[in-house]
Amino acid sequence: MRRRWNGINDWLDNRTGIRTAVRQFLYEEIPASSGWHQVFGSVAIFLFLVQAFTGALLAFNYAPTPGDAYNSLRYILTELTGGRLIRGLHHWGASMMIVVVVLHMVQVFLYGAYKKPREATWMVGVVLLLVTLAYGLTGYLLPWDNRAYWGTVVTTQIAGQAPAVGPYLARLLGGEGAVGVVTFARFYGMHVLLLPPATLLLIAIHVYLVRKHGVAPAPGDEQLPRKQFYPVQVFKDTVAIFIAFAILFVMAVAVRVPLEQLADPTDTAYIPRPEWYFLFLFQTLKLFSGPLEIVGSVVLPGLAVLALILVPFIDRARMVRVTRRTTAIAFVGLAAIGWGGLTAAAVKSTPKEASATQVDYSAPTDWLQLSPEEMAGIGYFRKENCASCHVIGGRGTAIGPDLTQTAIHKDAAWMIAHFKRPSVMRPGSSMPPIQLSDAQLNALASFLLKLNEKNATALDNAPDFAVAGALVYQANRCGACHLVNGGGMRIGPPLNGLAKRQSRNWVLEHFKNPQALSPGSIMPPYRLPQGDLENLTSYLFALPD
Amino acid sequence: MQTVSPQDAKAASRRHFFVGVIYGLWGLIAAALSLPALIYLLFPPKARKPEEWVLVGDITRLTPNSPVEMTFRKNRVDGWKVTSERSTAWVVKDAADRITAFGPQCTHLGCAYHWDDAKDEFLCPCHNSLFAADGRVISGPAPRPLDRYETKVEGTKLMIGRLHIGGEGKS
Repeated sequence: MRRRWNGINDWLDNRTGIRTAVRQFLYEEIPASSGWHQVFGSVAIFLFLVQAFTGALLAFNYAPTPGDAYNSLRYILTELTGGRLIRGLHHWGASMMIVVVVLHMVQVFLYGAYKKPREATWMVGVVLLLVTLAYGLTGYLLPWDNRAYWGTVVTTQIAGQAPAVGPYLARLLGGEGAVGVVTFARFYGMHVLLLPPATLLLIAIHVYLVRKHGVAPAPGDEQLPRKQFYPVQVFKDTVAIFIAFAILFVMAVAVRVPLEQLADPTDTAYIPRPEWYFLFLFQTLKLFSGPLEIVGSVVLPGLAVLALILVPFIDRARMVRVTRRTTAIAFVGLAAIGWGGLTAAAVKSTPKEASATQVDYSAPTDWLQLSPEEMAGIGYFRKENCASCHVIGGRGTAIGPDLTQTAIHKDAAWMIAHFKRPSVMRPGSSMPPIQLSDAQLNALASFLLKLNEKNATALDNAPDFAVAGALVYQANRCGACHLVNGGGMRIGPPLNGLAKRQSRNWVLEHFKNPQALSPGSIMPPYRLPQGDLENLTSYLFALPD
Repeated sequence: MQTVSPQDAKAASRRHFFVGVIYGLWGLIAAALSLPALIYLLFPPKARKPEEWVLVGDITRLTPNSPVEMTFRKNRVDGWKVTSERSTAWVVKDAADRITAFGPQCTHLGCAYHWDDAKDEFLCPCHNSLFAADGRVISGPAPRPLDRYETKVEGTKLMIGRLHIGGEGKS
């Protein structure tokens, strides 16, 4: 068996030279000082391959046009098994890749590994960093939600500010006037057609150069015997890759990647924030205003990139031990503090309440179709802990019956009578009576009558602010005059699409004194507690158009 | 017989350990990426809205054993899109007043067939498959009887549901 295997191997090597090539690659000699600090380059290449793989998988179910992108991504997230995981890997993989590429650069920088004759290796590496950032920038638009849209509006505006080339750059990005189909197509084309082959080519050149000059030795390595790349260094690289992958996988499973509402160019209240790794640039921009803005948006970042590329020519001193490179260490330290400070300042200035009332569209949003009364029913359902005894669509403890099936053969009157005295309606039932008013029981019954296997996700996914808002809506009998999701009266205006018609502040003020803002209105003023007012407004603003 | 010094043996076992870990970890990574990928690509999308009943037309004008082609619109779920599309069914009332609705495609290779009034047969022009008014194959390459829609009659209105492959539709 083994002889036959060797025979096949010999034949293949004779015809292709593959074994010789692999051996040459693996048995390459590396300096004695090589070790754990040099694993980051391999991890970066691995993460690039993960991005390529998950990206291709996403592309199999993704329609790259503004008309379809959002819906197809929602389809991936809510309809396809494993879709959320694949997108999670791609999303967090992008962040992780930036972290690892920067760590790789910091290591090379600290050790002075860019010095003669490795200047070109370093410069190609800087270009690879820029390419990695370009993926982040172009990929950001592809979900085509509000975050993507508004983030890209800012990006293309900044590109347009660049001296001399600005207008051409803006035209190239299709961002003349507004972000739309052209910008989208260009960003998608860059993200999946231009950047990946460019990355492959640059990685090939980068690795070729590393091999040509050999791994950079530390001072004192000349006296020590050289080591082989395989298996010890490959083992270290593999362990590092595995740790990185394990972290990535856990993040993809555990940390939900949000999807906001469909991109809305008319949403004037939206405050865009870039991805975390661009926050420092965002904050730098704020330090400059008026005609100086261009300094923060284009000049400083441009100079920083130029300085990075020229590092090998700025520092031409002899190689010394890493512990004696105090200037380099101080420089990295200062850069880290500067970056951290700017990022922290940007995070601090991000309004918090906005994210608490943000609807997560990466999960099914059946609750958006419910009437306020049914939503209030979810509130009572949660408050009374119904799920601790009842099964909902096959999940939960099966002490009580599955409530997604009850609507088929029960009506509201039966349910309300049952809530009040369970053992009378169903002899032998161990369910305790529910202590709620008739109106509240009505709401609970209306929700249970609506509940079926298909919309059971509403129970888990309805956000707290919306349920609380619906309870306020219900308690104040807003439905006696207003229409929501087809339920209620038409004495006042229907409330679906309110977010399109009025600003949040207008609505908040309107509750207190309707006649001041809409003269002739017959709506009475509502003096609600601030929390109730906020929840009610957030709920109304989340309603579908 | 070669003699192996303890030092060499130790080096060999170390090497063995490194190689084992390399293969093991790469195997784990490959599995953690390929299994979700296969599930993602091969599992059907989670259940969407149930098939709804579609109004096809009025059945009062049907005469026994004389099929009529009726057109209707139905929603088709295609990935992330729900499209409303025009479709047709051949509707037949038999002598016992039972209604059957056949899918509009020949069961051979999917050509559109039509009713030949002169011969009292469904004729597929592509490869000359012939079907009787009850969907049976009379001759030609068609491998199975015409596909049937689930049907129900409400008053004089014919509603159809899912298309059953193989002609085993309930009515």
